[in-house]
Amino acid sequence: MDNRLEKLVQVLQEQAGATCEEALGEVRLFIDSRRIVDVLTFLRDQHEFSLLSALTAVDYWPAEKPRFHVIYQLTSLTQNLSIQLRVPVGGGEPKVPTASGVFMNANWREREVMDMFGIHFDGHPDPRRILMPPDWEGYPLRKDYPLGYEEPQFTFNLEEIDLRKPYAKE
Amino acid sequence: MTNYQREEIPVGPYRHLVSERALSGETMLLNLGPQHPSTHGVLRLLLELDGEVIVNCVPDIGFLHTGVEKNMEAKSYIKAEVMCDRLDYMNPLGNNLAYCMAVEKLVELDVPPRAQALRVLLVELQRIASHLVWLGTFGLDLAAMSMFLYCFREREDILDVFELVSGQRMMTTYIRPGGLWRDVPAEFDAAVRNILKILPPRIDEYESLLTKNPLMLDRTRKIGVLPKATALSYGVTGPMLRASGVEWDLRKARPYMGYEQYEFNVPTSPDGDTLARYVVRIAEMRESLKIVRQALDKLPAGPVRSDNRKFVPPPRSELGTSMEALIHHFKLWTEGFTVPKASVYSAVESPRGELGVYLEGNGGPKPHRIFWRTPSFDNLSVISVITKGHLVADLIAILASVDIVLGDIDR
Amino acid sequence: MGVEQKLGNMGVMTTTLETAVNWARTNAMWPLMFGLACCAIEMMSAQAADFDMSRFGMELMRPSPRQSDLMIVAGRVSRKMAPVLRRLYDQMPEPKWVIAMGDCASCGGLFNNYAIVQGVDEVVPVDVYVAGCPPRPEALIHGVVTLFEKVKGEKFVDLVKA
Repeated sequence: MDNRLEKLVQVLQEQAGATCEEALGEVRLFIDSRRIVDVLTFLRDQHEFSLLSALTAVDYWPAEKPRFHVIYQLTSLTQNLSIQLRVPVGGGEPKVPTASGVFMNANWREREVMDMFGIHFDGHPDPRRILMPPDWEGYPLRKDYPLGYEEPQFTFNLEEIDLRKPYAKE
Repeated sequence: MTNYQREEIPVGPYRHLVSERALSGETMLLNLGPQHPSTHGVLRLLLELDGEVIVNCVPDIGFLHTGVEKNMEAKSYIKAEVMCDRLDYMNPLGNNLAYCMAVEKLVELDVPPRAQALRVLLVELQRIASHLVWLGTFGLDLAAMSMFLYCFREREDILDVFELVSGQRMMTTYIRPGGLWRDVPAEFDAAVRNILKILPPRIDEYESLLTKNPLMLDRTRKIGVLPKATALSYGVTGPMLRASGVEWDLRKARPYMGYEQYEFNVPTSPDGDTLARYVVRIAEMRESLKIVRQALDKLPAGPVRSDNRKFVPPPRSELGTSMEALIHHFKLWTEGFTVPKASVYSAVESPRGELGVYLEGNGGPKPHRIFWRTPSFDNLSVISVITKGHLVADLIAILASVDIVLGDIDR
Repeated sequence: MGVEQKLGNMGVMTTTLETAVNWARTNAMWPLMFGLACCAIEMMSAQAADFDMSRFGMELMRPSPRQSDLMIVAGRVSRKMAPVLRRLYDQMPEPKWVIAMGDCASCGGLFNNYAIVQGVDEVVPVDVYVAGCPPRPEALIHGVVTLFEKVKGEKFVDLVKA
């Protein structure tokens, strides 16, 4: 690990109670959801991590608890460093405080996570669905949501699928 | 025939995004709908207009949402790669490269030097093709229609090279984990040198048509200015960021696939307006030509695929003679290779910006989670800020200069 | 719909008139610019200089559905876009035809999931399907010529709706 990152990780471990993992050349910090906005502000202001490269989530159902990890990937252009923060959330109604006050692109990225996973971001100024139609029910990228696979038509089931398929008549 | 009621645009869901004047009817809400000649794909913009001046601009995306991330979780790693060409459909080889780099990083697979050089060559040719389409549609939106015809004519030569190499013009899936699909044929060198010969004077011709044209300058200078701090805060990357004065290019900052061997510059411009973005992209086309020339001259000999048979299928010629090759082939094409329980974030520089892939494996043959950090998503989110106070015709020029691809945004 | 409603089947007079009307319809059919995804780029290539579609009468692509005869659905149609597609189809005046360009428009293509309509014929009635991912510009032009053959074979009796 780069020694600038080492010092940074040490500070965060002491002050924010973060746990650190390092694998395949990447540094990963697990942060509690109540501390995430402070950590992001600290990294942006004190350590020049000015670009939020990615904000996404992963669903580990049913293997791990807590079920979701919200992932923040930060890049520092001046120091050419990258760091990844992970916030484990779970439960029936997962909630994380919003980062849209710290980085402006978190606005749309959090809407995408809300749309795809159902993780609610407290204080988000515009909590609407972004990719799915506004009246869609369900959260598509969750592991318990079905793929919506349609059975392919072969000759043996050609007629029965043709009868069921809603062709447009006019 | 169905009857359509005369619908008013419901302010309801957008009440917090439009100003107070819209509710009293002082400003007009106009829907620049998903089907429009200049939205570059299916993008819906809700405009709040005070006469011709834009007060607010709210983008509505999702009309091309394909569910690629979920669909790739249902396929093995090799078979899922086919879907990633179709994301940013102007840059299919770049998407392939991003995915393959993530997979190679995750399983620690080596790539031979000839494959690396060919990957760089093809990705830079793809960058030129993407910028040519951008230039054509940019000209089309500014009513310079002949740009469209010229640029597509150039692009046909580049697509002929892709067809020579892989059989497909656009969605090639030529870059596979561990190298390439197969070696380039003998005519490749002549075809690429032909492009290197004819393209530079043509780019000069396009510049002479547009760059100092007073109509172009009136329509693009000081229009849609994006200051540096706003650009960084909105996560903008790529030519848009470089046109706002930040010199950040992943090919120079974090070189991959041997980019450090090639000499090229990273064009930037301090202005941040539409003209700056145009100038930066034209300069980038020239730099890409430099890289293609160097890669072609220095092309090393050797294999184009890794030898690691746990991840890379053996060549077809071995299948008749070697039992292990047959078994590896069978296992890779039915079940696929397994990836350990780890995750990686790997990014490349696509023509639009930082294209990142967050790939997580779970010990099985199918990805647990794949997330595409696509540049157009963040680049588009800045549109509501940079169009305030401009006219509707300026919005068209700004939208053309942002260079969005809806497949990238909606995935 | 005008011409066929006035006449019925009057033998040789209608056949000559049918030939003339169909010839006129095929020689200047204007497509609706409805490019959604990757197939749109190949459609633009087909319209551009190398594989010129203007030779077949499609001089320009009309962005407005009120002024076009042919809708080339080029690209994948998502569930959010399907009502928009239907609305545009309804706004086109008769006679109108639909070409489903590409695999995603014909049958859902590569994407068999919750977000893509599996074949645009669930939303609008399709006349010609062009396969390919994306189909080459020559394949699209072949599809257009096939549509012209179909239009030239149309008779008034079939077109009049009761």
